[in-house]
This record gives sequence, C-alpha cells and structure tokens, in this order.
Amino acid sequence: MENLIALLVAAPLLGAAVLLCGGRRLDRAGHWLGTLLAAVSFVIGVVLFLDMLGKGAEDRTLHQKLFSWIPVEGFQADVAFQLDQLSMTFVLLITGVGTLIHIYSIGYMEHDERRRRFFGYLNLFLAAMLILVVADNYLLLYVGWEGVGLASYLLIGFWQHKPSAATAAKKAFLVNRVGDMGLSIAIMLMFTTFGTFAFGPVLAATGETSEGKLTAIGLMLLLAACGKSAQVPLQSWLGDAMEGPTPVSALIHAATMVTAGVYLIVRSGAIFNAAPDAQLAVVVVGAVTLLFGAIVGCAKDDIKKALAGSTMSQIGYMILAAGLGPIGYVFAIMHLVTHGFFKAGLFLGAGSVMHGMNDEVDMRKFGGLRKYMPVTFITFGLGYLAIIGFPGLSGFFSKDKIIEAAFAKGGTEGWILGSVALLGAAITAFYMTRVMLLTFFGEKRWQPDAEGHQPHPHESPKSMTIPMIVLAFGSVFAGGFFSIGDRFLNWLEPVTGHSHGHAPIGAATVTAATMVVLVIGVAIAWAMYGRKPVPVVAPRGSLLTRAARRDLLQDDFNHVVLVRGGEHLTRSLVYVDHTLVDGVVNGTAASMGGLSGRLRKLQNGYARSYAVSMFGGTAVLIAATLLMRAV
Amino acid sequence: MSFPLLTATAALPAIGAVATAAVPAARRTAAKWLALVFSLATLVLAGIALARFEPGGERYQLTESHAWIKDFGVRYELGVDGIGVVLMALTALLIPFVILAGWHDADPLETKSSRWRPTQGFFALILMVEAMVILSFEATDVFLFYILFEAMLIPMYFLIGGFGDRAHTGSDENAAAQRSYAAVKFLLYNLVGGLIMLAAVIGLYVVAGTFSLSEIAEARANGSLSMATSTERWLFLGFFFAFAVKAPLWPLHTWLPNAMGEATSPVAVLITAVVDKVGTFAMLRFCLQLFPEASKWATPVIVVLALISIVYGALLAVGQRDIKRLIAYASISHFGFIILGIFAMTSQGQSGATLYMVNHGISTAALMLVAGFLITRRGSRLIADYGGVQKVAPVLAGTFLIGGLATLSLPGLAPFVSEFLVLVGTFSAYPAAGVIATTGIVLAALYVLVLYQRTMTGPVKAEVQGMADLKVRELVVVLPLIALLLFLGVYPKPLTEIVNPAVQHTMSDVQKKDPQPEVEAAK
Repeated sequence: MENLIALLVAAPLLGAAVLLCGGRRLDRAGHWLGTLLAAVSFVIGVVLFLDMLGKGAEDRTLHQKLFSWIPVEGFQADVAFQLDQLSMTFVLLITGVGTLIHIYSIGYMEHDERRRRFFGYLNLFLAAMLILVVADNYLLLYVGWEGVGLASYLLIGFWQHKPSAATAAKKAFLVNRVGDMGLSIAIMLMFTTFGTFAFGPVLAATGETSEGKLTAIGLMLLLAACGKSAQVPLQSWLGDAMEGPTPVSALIHAATMVTAGVYLIVRSGAIFNAAPDAQLAVVVVGAVTLLFGAIVGCAKDDIKKALAGSTMSQIGYMILAAGLGPIGYVFAIMHLVTHGFFKAGLFLGAGSVMHGMNDEVDMRKFGGLRKYMPVTFITFGLGYLAIIGFPGLSGFFSKDKIIEAAFAKGGTEGWILGSVALLGAAITAFYMTRVMLLTFFGEKRWQPDAEGHQPHPHESPKSMTIPMIVLAFGSVFAGGFFSIGDRFLNWLEPVTGHSHGHAPIGAATVTAATMVVLVIGVAIAWAMYGRKPVPVVAPRGSLLTRAARRDLLQDDFNHVVLVRGGEHLTRSLVYVDHTLVDGVVNGTAASMGGLSGRLRKLQNGYARSYAVSMFGGTAVLIAATLLMRAV
Repeated sequence: MSFPLLTATAALPAIGAVATAAVPAARRTAAKWLALVFSLATLVLAGIALARFEPGGERYQLTESHAWIKDFGVRYELGVDGIGVVLMALTALLIPFVILAGWHDADPLETKSSRWRPTQGFFALILMVEAMVILSFEATDVFLFYILFEAMLIPMYFLIGGFGDRAHTGSDENAAAQRSYAAVKFLLYNLVGGLIMLAAVIGLYVVAGTFSLSEIAEARANGSLSMATSTERWLFLGFFFAFAVKAPLWPLHTWLPNAMGEATSPVAVLITAVVDKVGTFAMLRFCLQLFPEASKWATPVIVVLALISIVYGALLAVGQRDIKRLIAYASISHFGFIILGIFAMTSQGQSGATLYMVNHGISTAALMLVAGFLITRRGSRLIADYGGVQKVAPVLAGTFLIGGLATLSLPGLAPFVSEFLVLVGTFSAYPAAGVIATTGIVLAALYVLVLYQRTMTGPVKAEVQGMADLKVRELVVVLPLIALLLFLGVYPKPLTEIVNPAVQHTMSDVQKKDPQPEVEAAK
C-alpha cells in the first residue's frame, strides 16, 4: 500500500512533464490529460484513505523510502514519504479540490491559446503540493515548499504580457523567498541541534534540548509560514497575486498553497509545544493578520481582492488556532478544510461572474446578478453563509471551535484573543455581506468594457457550474459531518494531540456571542449597501477606508523603504565598485610597482606591449631563479 | 606501464588545437567540426577516467610520474582525487557546448580579407584552454601546476581581446578599446597574482626541497618537515592571493565583469565556469593541504571576504544594466559561496563547495549561453532593449527561466543541493556567517527575476518583434545542460560518492572534525 504514495505524486508530475515538453501537438487534448491525471491522483488518495480507515488509530502511518538524496558525511537527506492522518487530510483536500478546479478550468480557459501550458502548471502545482505534505523530512518539504512557490509564480504571471501580472508574480516569489530564509535557517538549526531534520527523530527529541533553541527554530518556522500563508508582515503579495487566472486564485491562493504555513506549524507541534515564546509569536501573528485581512477585505471594490483579504483573515484564524497548541491544532486543520471548500467555491463563483461580465472585477459595476446567474448565485450564496458562520453550515462549526479555543487559552491572553476572534467574525459578516449585496442584489450598475461592449451576463457552462455545486455541498455539510461525534477530532488526535484548556465561559455563551456579532455585521452591511443605491465610483471614504484600499499602506512602506532604498543602495554600490574598489585595487598594484604612470596607458595602444613585457618578465624571473638554485 | 589516461585526456585537446589551427583558411566549417570532434573525444576519455576512478581507493589515482627538470626536482607528476576527477569531467563536458554555442561567433566579417583565419584561431584557443585546465586539475607537482596556471592566461587573453562580443553600443573603435581594456585587465590582475604565487612556489621549494605535492604533504604529516609559523603564513598568503584573484574574491573581482561583458558568451562561460574553477580548486588542493595551520589562521578573514562577495556580488548584479555583467556579478556572489564552503572546514561545507563548482559551471553555462543566443538576435546587451520576448520566442524564454531558476538555487535543480550543503556546513561551524549567507537566497531571486521580468515579460517591444525561437543547434546546447541540472538536483549521489572520500582526506589534512549535534553529544 505504501508504494502508492509515490504514485500519488508521480501522476501529476508526469502530467506536468508531458504537457510542458509536449509542444503544440497536445494542444487539443492537453487539458483532458491534465484533468485525468489530477483525478488519478485523487483516486489513489481515496484508496489510501480507505485503507487507512481500516486500520487502528495508532498504526495508520505509512512510510516509503525511495532513495538516498544527498548522502554526505554526517548529513542524511532522503527522498522518503510519510503518510499519516494529517498528511492524508491534505492529500484529499489537494487532489479533491484540485481535480474540481481542473474541470472548472477546462471551461474557464477555453479561449486561451496557452491552455495546455496552464494545465501543465496546474499539474506541477499538484505534484509540488503533494510532495510538501507527504515528505517525511523538512528538506524534502522544502522542495515541495519552493515547488509550489514556483507554480504560483508561473500561474500568477500566466498572462505575462500584462506588466501588472509579471510584477505580481515576481513580488510573490520574492516575498516568499524571505520566508524561505526562515525555513533554511530552521533546518540548519535542526541539523546542528539534532543532527537530522527528519520529522520522526526531530519531533521525538525536543525534550533533549534547550527551550532557547526550540524557540529559535519555532520563530524561523513561523517566518516561513508567514511568507507562504500571507501573514503579517509578509502578507503583501497575496492581493497582487489575484492577477492570476481565477481558478489559480481558488486552488493555490485560497484552498491549498496558502494554508501550507498552517500545515508547517501543526506538523512541528512538538517544537512549538516546548517553546511558549514562539507560540506567543504565532498567536500574535494570527490575531493581527485576522484583523488586518478583514479590514482590507472591507475596503476593496475588486471582488477577487476582497476575497483575498478574506483568505488572509481566515488563515489568520488558522494560525491563531495553531499557536494555541494542542487546544487548537485540530480546529486549525478543520477550519482549513472547510475553508478550502467554501473559499474555493467563492472564488469559482467570482470567476463565473467575471466570465459573464467581460472579465470585470469591480463590484461597483455588478449588481442584480442573481436573476441572470442563478446557479452561481446559489452556490456563491451558500459559500457566503458558510464563511460568515451561519448556524449549521461548515464555517459555523469550525470557526466557532477556534473562538472557543482562543478563550480557553486562559488568563488575559485568552480574553484578548477570544475578543479579537469575535471581532473578526463580525467584520467577516460585514465584508462578505457587502460582497454579496454589491454583486447579486441591488440595481444593475453594469458598464461597457474598454472596447465598448455592454456586458450580457449569462450562466457559465456545466464544466464550471458542476465544480461550484460540489464545493457548495462541502461548504454546507462538511462542518457538521466533521463535528458530529467529534469525527475530525478523533481522526487527527493521534497525530496532533488534543487538550481542552480552561474555558472561562461556556461553549453556549461563545456561540451566542458569535451569533450576535454575526447579526451586527450583516446589519451594518445591509444598512450601508442594501438599503440605498451604491455609487459606481467609490466615494472618497474615511482615512481608514483609504488606507485599507491601499492594503493599510504596507505596500507604500515597502516601496519607500525597500524598493527605493534598495535602488539607492545598489546604484551607489555600482558607483563604488566602478570607482573606489576598482580604483583602489588598481592603484595599490600600480603604486606598489611604481607603475602608475604606465598603468594610465592601459586604455591606449601601449597596453598590449606592456602586458607582453610583463609576461616576458615573469618568464625571465622564473628562469633566473631556477638558474640561481642550480648554481 | 599502463596507458597514461590523464596525459591523454589533456593531450587530446592540445593536439586538437594544433590540428584546428592548421586547417586552411577557406575550410572554416571543417575546422569547427574538427574542434567539436576533438572536444567530444576528450569528453569520452574524461568519462573513462571518471568510470575508472574508485571512490574508496587510494587518494590519488591514475597517477603518472616522470622526471622533467631533474636539476630542480621538477617532475611531470599527475594524479586525480575525487575532486580533481570531477572537475576534469566538468571541463570536458562543458567544452563541446562552448564550441557549439560559439559556432558562428568567429565567422569572419565581410570586411576582412579572406586570408584572415579567426575562426580556426578561436576554436584552437578554446581547445588550448581546455588542455591546460584539465592538466592543472591533474597536476600533483606544484611547479607543473604553476606553469599551467600562468600559461592558460595566454590563450584566454587572446580569446577575450581578439574575439569580442559583436553586440555593443557605440562605435566599433570604442568597442575595440573596451575589449582591449578588459583583456589587459584580465591579464594584469592574473599576472600579478601569478607573480606573487611564483615567489611563494619558490619559497616552498626552498623550505621543502621538492615540488611534489604528495612528498611535501607526507613530510608535513609525519613531522619531518616543519615550517615556522610565519613562513607557513607567508607562503599560504602567496598562494591564496593568486587563487583569490582567479576565483575571484572581493575586492579582487573587478576584472571579471569587464572580461565577461566584453568576451563572447561562450568565452564568458569558459572564464567563469571553467578557468575560474582552477582558483577554487587550488584553494582546496594547495592552500588547505600544504598549509593547514595557516589556512585555519586566515579563516576568519576569508570567511568575512566570502560573505562580502556573496552579498556585494548579488547587490551589484541587481544594479546592472547589461545582461552579461549581471551574470558576472552573480558569479562573484556564487564564488563567495564556494570559498565560504571551503573555509568552513566541515564535511558538508567542502562537499558542498565541490558540488557547487560543478553545478555553478552547468547552471551558468545554461544561463549565459541562452543569454548569448538572445543577445546575438537583438544585437544588444542592455536589459532595457528587451521586453516581451516570451511571446515571440517561448522556448528561448523558457530555457532562460530554467537557467535563472538554477542560478537562484531552486530546490529540485542541482545548485540547490550544493548551496544548501555550503550553508549548513558553514552554519554548523560559524552560525552567524551561515545566517548572513542565507540573504543570498533572497538577493539571487531578486536579480534573476528582475532580469527575467524586464527582458521576457510585458508588451512585445518593436525591436523584439519577429525574433526567432531557438534553432536546433541551440537546443542541442541547452537541453542537455537542463537535463543535467534536473538529474543532479534529484540524484546527486553519483557525484557525492566520488567527492566524499576526497573531502575526508582534506578534513584530516587540516585536522578538523565536524561539530557534533547538540542532542547526540548530550547522550
């Protein structure tokens, strides 16, 4: 059975290789091949899952060692896989949602002449993401980690002729590389501390080293997670990443890749459990991003960017939960899975809307679409209800658990984190209601596009609506299914561990409070966008709104400090290198030999003869010295 | 006496050089093919040497030894360890690609008279360089090595000064002046380094009474040859200076961007991927082996200079406007990594540094040669003159991106393996240096992706419109290099197996043991 793990990865990898090297011959069948191989991977995942269910909770972990990767004295890195309940959860999410989005893309990318290449990149992404979650050591995880980064780079910049897309792709890769520095340093620290970076031995030996070391490792892992999962302070790339085709936003920048940071932290739970300071940093990052993303999401008029702010915020919830330790690990992952369903669904819905509206993304130019796109409206609506935590839907169960766990952290910390999580829930309700109202309700505010075509919204083809319907099912039922009888908790507990904490207030109180803030958020949005007509041109807005439109000025800060500062630095270094370093070295050499006069002739015709004479001099010198020795 | 395989591997390209130069002026194409055939035959011999080499066997294998200048104890002594044999194979591997990529670089301009034979000369010089570089990887006599180290400057000088990149801005005269400046600067820097090394070589002979590497090393190990601390340090500095110019290490690097910018792309590859490797190789072989105590004494300074090279080279690469100069500064950054790995004096660092030499050779060749194809098409080296190339020449853009991704050490491609080994090996000995070096990860992404974005993406520029995609000859150059980058990224074991024992020898030369992990030490 364990041999199937390699096949799981191999199927999409084969797809990527064939589609990217195959040339134009494959243009007509490429998308089918890519989709088929994604589906094959999913089927293998299901087979492995059923096999796992048939075993006792304690011996479900599978191992497969393929070969020794970098055998160097004292250093052992293998290409080896480990499939446990945590990895399995991700495998099903990645291949399941991945296959649906492949199907969706067949329709969505139908008119793109580079569709084959698009599917090649999608397959490449699946393979890398699967390596990331089934690797049995941190170095192989790193391969998947950068592999998904590469796929993300290629897909964000898929429409490379658009300068904005090319810039966004580069930015995403660069910001992620800052995070990768953290992952590199974490692995190096593990190597010097434990002599290995395989999950098993490292996580088993955390008791044998100092808390300081573990804190350092934990903080470096957190830096890595911040990059990949778009958490403050490395969040700035995610909004720009919406330049990519919408299926990419759904799969990579909502459901799977951006959650890799959560995986990393939960996987490294043993390290964080023994390093409270690092955990504190994790919850702070989660709590700050939760609010940051939500605030940004409120101000964006671009439907995809509003959803991107929401993704950032929802991952903030997950990171927060992961930072709580064993109280939160299971719920972080549970929210990750339900979020995978409803956020992917929301993005596909947004793509469907854009498909019908001449690729318009400004919600102020939508309005009243519910009548024209009923399937999109209903599936998007269910995703909306799920994300705001409407009772009985997926998000209700998973988010509620995180808010409870935050309070259960105990002490002042617990109160602060719990309140932040509640506040986030209110803002979520607000901005998602806003998206819903602006898009599907109210007046038609449609505008002709740049070429003067009036939009004629219509429902999308079946290849697009069916994945949306499937995801809507997940958005509705997954949370309940997981929670009844604590199914998800029992499934993951053997890997992540679980504890209950000391909740200062009862679960029922938390749920009630959540309901109250939900109603408040929806009501405010209704008052602002439902009751009165929405202007097509955005009003100037308050100071906060204007800042939030600009991603809370973080890009401006980056631009002034990093981009401008960096440009000045490199430019002055170029000057220094050209004049100072070159000049000093040349000058030293010249003055040492008393040759400065002749060296000035470097650029004229004497130079060659000078060099030749020097060469001759060397030869004479050698001969003379040897001769002297001989005499 | 067995077949002198090492001599043959070096002699074959030398014979090829003479044969190529002798081809009549009109038979230009025949000369090219002849050069290519000789380089391929050399590759076969190098492959045989690699296959014959037994990783677990003697330190130096395939040895040959003949008296040469008896009066001075100079011997023609050859032998390869795991590091030498791998670098020899790398050289033999790259030359056919260099020749093929430069197929038209020395075609005579119409204005030249027909008696002018630049084509023959170009390819003969390349083969001459190959012969000398290969022999320098094999030489185990210090004097023999020195002679080669200096002599390879001559063909390189003519390659840089005589066959410049035809893509230049400004007048032809101006370009010729710049080319001449670059060639002379290359020669002077390396000559000064060589002169200082010569003094050290002679000094070593005075102290040791022999030029034989194995004899000196043995005498040092069993205590029959002891050097005063100051003597050892002076000699070390003499050798190291020459190698640091060649490698090059900050602040002795400024000749490299000039040389790589002005030379044709294949010659630029020859400089950075082949000839410069002699410098880093010699640090491992001569500095560490002959002067272990002085090497350890100098380590702190060298580690700092290597770190400066890494960061400084990368920052300057970001600031370049010329594609080839950008790649040159990137190489300076990479040489910083190699030198860092060597002087970290850990198994991972040194294995990493050796692999780095190989991987950097392949990745820079891929990137630089594709850049050359691009530059030839447009006739400009300036980044700003390009834009939107991926739309008109997707294969060219794709291979350029892969070369770039290799340069930024993307996991899955070969350079990642070596870079990570260097980092981890450095980190275990000098944590702060390891952390500073990781900034190279970010900066490399910056200069590669900025270069790619500005040249390949965005709207198609008018001058780029109609640019042809890669031709068959160019694909033959690029695809094997890319395949190799992938293979060695996923399965570097064949290389590490050969390199590991050699590294262990060096580690025992400098009497260093790897730092032990904290947890195991506690047990």
